[in-house]
Amino acid sequence: MENERKLEEFQQKIDANIKIEPKDWMPEKYRQTLIRQISQHAHSEIIGMQPEGNWLTRAPSLRAKKILMAKIQDEAGHGLYLYCAAETLGVKREQFLQWLHEGKAKYSSVFNYPTLTWADMGAVGWLVDGAAIVNQVSLQGTSYGPYSRAMVKICMEESFHQRQGFEIMVQLAKGTEEQKQMAQDALNRWWWPSIMMFGPHDSESAHSNQSLKWKIKRESNDELRQRYINKTIEQGHHLGLTFPDPNLKFNEETKNYDYSPIDWDEFWNVVKGNGPGNKLRINHHIKAHEDGKWVREAAKAYSKKINLSKKIA
Amino acid sequence: MSSDDQGILWEVFIQAKAGRPFKHVGSLHAYDKEMAIKSARDLYTRRNEGNGIWIVKSEDIVSSEAIDGEAFFDPSNDKVYRHPTFYKIPDGVKHI
Repeated sequence: MENERKLEEFQQKIDANIKIEPKDWMPEKYRQTLIRQISQHAHSEIIGMQPEGNWLTRAPSLRAKKILMAKIQDEAGHGLYLYCAAETLGVKREQFLQWLHEGKAKYSSVFNYPTLTWADMGAVGWLVDGAAIVNQVSLQGTSYGPYSRAMVKICMEESFHQRQGFEIMVQLAKGTEEQKQMAQDALNRWWWPSIMMFGPHDSESAHSNQSLKWKIKRESNDELRQRYINKTIEQGHHLGLTFPDPNLKFNEETKNYDYSPIDWDEFWNVVKGNGPGNKLRINHHIKAHEDGKWVREAAKAYSKKINLSKKIA
Repeated sequence: MSSDDQGILWEVFIQAKAGRPFKHVGSLHAYDKEMAIKSARDLYTRRNEGNGIWIVKSEDIVSSEAIDGEAFFDPSNDKVYRHPTFYKIPDGVKHI
């Protein structure tokens, strides 16, 4: 009875667009959904540094290298904002990392694809960050206060990421025939994975309805996906490149671009860990974490020593 | 806590410009004060977001949320005379 009344009051707050804060009462399922979603989002930012780090030492100019470094540093920052938001729900940072390493927590499957050429840095920025921005702009309105505030900050920083990616695509698309081919090849490989970033169709999405009712998500997977496709196609026309989908057509009736059916077998195969880079990404993360262990231990020992010497003095 | 942890949780407050209030922007993990304020600079002021940073251990913050919930603010609810709109001023009186 008590819980039912609380649940009703909770829903009233949500309906009135009042943000939920860490110490407010919340249904257990709301808490669990947020723990899963925010940590998955954080892991995606952190794992997302790997495909870009692949090109850091081979960037074609000092300018490009500095930009890429700044972008990767931002991704680390975004991961940290999100871990902090997730931690307000009562789970420790160490726990999130353990779940990631054990394969219990997921991250965006798109980062399991390899970055084969420099053009991939363009395509990732333009398409992968472009898709992430559509999702994140919507999530600024999420009902959980710390998550919403993290999203606002991330969105402010993210637009440079997409622009720098598009700039690389423009340079290549307007370059030599070989460079243009390289840009086209990157678009061919990244287009479908970027579309799949929005997750399963609404009709197939296990968590969607309750998440929309609680305003954890503000728009459905298909709505967000369609918005991304509409704006990206127009951008692609400026590049003079072709999208790898013969059925991509503007529909006068719906005012949206129609597209071919998505290959969900491919999507689930990568989600389940069989993508080209799943093992590589996690193993690399585990190694980096273990390699950094002595730094954490040294920092901790130093802080203890400082505290001790203060007490004596 | 296991021996391999991520340090203490700190809350970060940033002052956007001189003379403005410090606002909470988020939190971070660090092992000591010096590391915490340097991490706060790297994490929260990569684009000139501020010229002042405060950091404080999360566990040292006292929050009203943890005390009494809404009832905590009851004392101010029945004192409408604290607001300027409570008072009737004759027509024609200006600048008050």
